[in-house]
Order: sequence, then C-alpha cells, then structure tokens
Amino acid sequence: MTEQTETKHEWPLWEVFYQPKDGKPFEHAGSVHAPDAEMALQNARDTYARRSEGIAFWVVPSDQIVASAPEDAGPFFDPANDKPYRHPQFYSVPRAVKKRK
Amino acid sequence: MDTQEQLDDFQKRIDAGEKIEPKDWMPERYRQQLIRMMSQHAHSEIVGMLPEGNWITRAPSLKRKMVLLAKVQDEAGHGLYLYSATETLGVRRQKLVEDYLYGKAKYSSIFNYPTLTYADICVIGWLVDGAAIVNQTMLAKSSYGPYSRANLRICKEESFHKKQGYEMLAKMADGTPEQKKMAQDAVNRWWWPTLMMFGPHDTDSPNSAELIKWGVKTKTNDELRRHFVDRTVMEAEAIGITLPDPDLTYNEETGHWDFGDIPWDEFWSVVKGDGPMNRERMKARRKAYEDGAWVREAAMEHARKKKLREEKAS
Repeated sequence: MTEQTETKHEWPLWEVFYQPKDGKPFEHAGSVHAPDAEMALQNARDTYARRSEGIAFWVVPSDQIVASAPEDAGPFFDPANDKPYRHPQFYSVPRAVKKRK
Repeated sequence: MDTQEQLDDFQKRIDAGEKIEPKDWMPERYRQQLIRMMSQHAHSEIVGMLPEGNWITRAPSLKRKMVLLAKVQDEAGHGLYLYSATETLGVRRQKLVEDYLYGKAKYSSIFNYPTLTYADICVIGWLVDGAAIVNQTMLAKSSYGPYSRANLRICKEESFHKKQGYEMLAKMADGTPEQKKMAQDAVNRWWWPTLMMFGPHDTDSPNSAELIKWGVKTKTNDELRRHFVDRTVMEAEAIGITLPDPDLTYNEETGHWDFGDIPWDEFWSVVKGDGPMNRERMKARRKAYEDGAWVREAAMEHARKKKLREEKAS
C-alpha cells in the first residue's frame, strides 16, 4: 500500500449546500467525499439531512469554488461604504404621515 | 515565521470574539492545535460506533433496535462533520485517517471500555453522551468557524442520544430487582471513566491554557467537569440510582457538589494504550478500513468508466 496508489483512490471532495425550505436560499452545510456527483448527492443526504434539514441539495466540486481573499475584505467591499443613500434610513420624511382609516 | 505583529493582531481578533475562517491568517501553532484536537474528536465519534454497534442485534425490542441504529448512524455523521471541518485547515482526510489507524493520533479513552450488558448502552447514552454534550456545547462557541458550526450541528442531535439513554436507564432502574441491579452495576463501572472524559485537572493539562487563550475552548476541564457533576447528581437522584463516590457532598458555600479523587493512574494507562479494549478497538478499525479498500477503488473505477461512456455518447 504505497502513498501513490492510495491517493489515486481517494475520493474527490465536494462542497454541499442545502435549501432548508421552499423559497429559502441555499446554505453551506459542509463537505463530503464521493467518486461522482450522484454519490456526492447521496452522501450529502445521509450526512447532512438525517432529520429533513433540507428539501434540495447542491453539490459542487470543492476545487471549483472561487472565493474572495479575507485579507482583501476591506478594499473589496469598500465601495459599499460610501453609498449610505442606498439605505432607507438615509432619508427623512415628515413624521405626521398617517394612514387614513 | 509568524511575526509578533501578526500574532498580536490575531489575538485582538480573538479577544473581540471574532470567528476565524479557513482562509484567514492564523498562527501555525493555532492551526496545528486545531488539527490535533478536531481530528481527535472525529476519531472518537467513529470509534464510538464500535461499543454500541455491538448491541444492535441484541437490543431488547424493535423500537430499541431502531433507536440504536439511528444513534450509531449519527455518530458516523458526527465523525464526518468533524473530518470535513478539519480538512478546511488544509489537511487531507486520508492523512487524518491514516495518522489515526497507523500513527499516533488519539481518540477519547472512554471508548476503550467494554459494553458488558445492555444496561451499558443506556449508561453510555446518559453519562457518556451527557458529558459529550457539556463539552460540545462549549466547543460550539469555539473561535474557529468550521469547528464551531460542526459542534452546533452535533449538539442538536446529541440531546436525542442522551435522552434515549436516560429514559432507558430510568425504566431499568424502575424494573425488577435484577434489572435495577444491572443498571446500578453499569453506572458504577462508567462513572469514573466518564469524569475522566473532561481530561486531566487544569493544573496537569498541557494544552488547556493555550486553547483557552485562543478561544478554541472557552471553559477549562475542571469547570466543565463540575458542571456535569452538578447536573448528573440530580438526574441520578430522580431515577433512584446512586453514584459510586462516597465523597459526593453538596457544598453549601460554593453551591456545587464536591466529589472524590479521580483515579488518574487508570486514565493515563488507558491513554497510553493499556485500557481494557484499546487493542481490539484499533484492530477492528484497521480491519474495516483495509477490508473496505476494494469498495473505494471500485467506486472510483465505476465513476471513471461512467464518465468515459458519457463522453463517448455525446
């Protein structure tokens, strides 16, 4: 059992996302190892949904995930900071506006 | 090399209660400690299936068989959550498993005790899973994001394990004199090993201070143990079971239960590999891994051929 032959048979890693309920966004659950997509889905169900935690799954080969770098977090999201006018709190309206019954 | 400035910034983040995520900068020692601790936790969940799996065919009713099957399947799931979280630290699953089967990676010493009667299964649920919950609830607040999330998920499922065990033991303790004796005997054998699950006294624990400084752990071994004892004494009383410690007394001043000396010699000998079941457990795990090799290989080969066929067809 050499390192090389064993590595050949190591199942690839998949990231698992589940949808908790109809209409909800998919959430990351964790990862599973599986030889192909079909078995990744089955392993995901057995591992992450033993108590009906989800109604749908996505599995994605882990090496296909592209992520932003944590050290860039500041500059990367910076443009959002100087646009306070995107939030409703930015605006003041007369306090007296009431619904007519 | 980690510079002092990096270390200080890291400590600031920890002290501010921030969670560390896999791609964040972290001290090499933090990473190594997490790999050690998280994989040890994963190995424990996996090896934990053995003492219980032993009783699936002999559970006293269909209901109890189903419960035990579900519980053992959960343990496998917990192991997988934890391996998956450990892999985010840049270490391969296969290496973790091989370090455990052929290297020196450890697992919780509690699983090196035999399950002699069915009452042991009840007591494992009540005491062993009860202690695990105390520990894992604390770890759900851990500074490392993936570890914290894995423990959160585990805690949600673990309370079922504890409750089914406590329910069964309560029934047994309320049964015939023979059943009651069996229940009490199991509690007597598991009580001290369960207290050892929290690890050595704080003064003798080589890693504790560092793990707490980094927020990997948020409470010390002795704090967790005391919390567990306080809770368990009441639960034992409620079902008419006694705990095998003549020194167990309520301390009015502290509001906690004082308990006797833990047999640490036994603890260290089990940790070092001389517990009643150490060799058998490892042998069983190695056999399962080696006998399963062809399945892993065949699945890979099947996937490869299927892909080839699909490519040809298109």
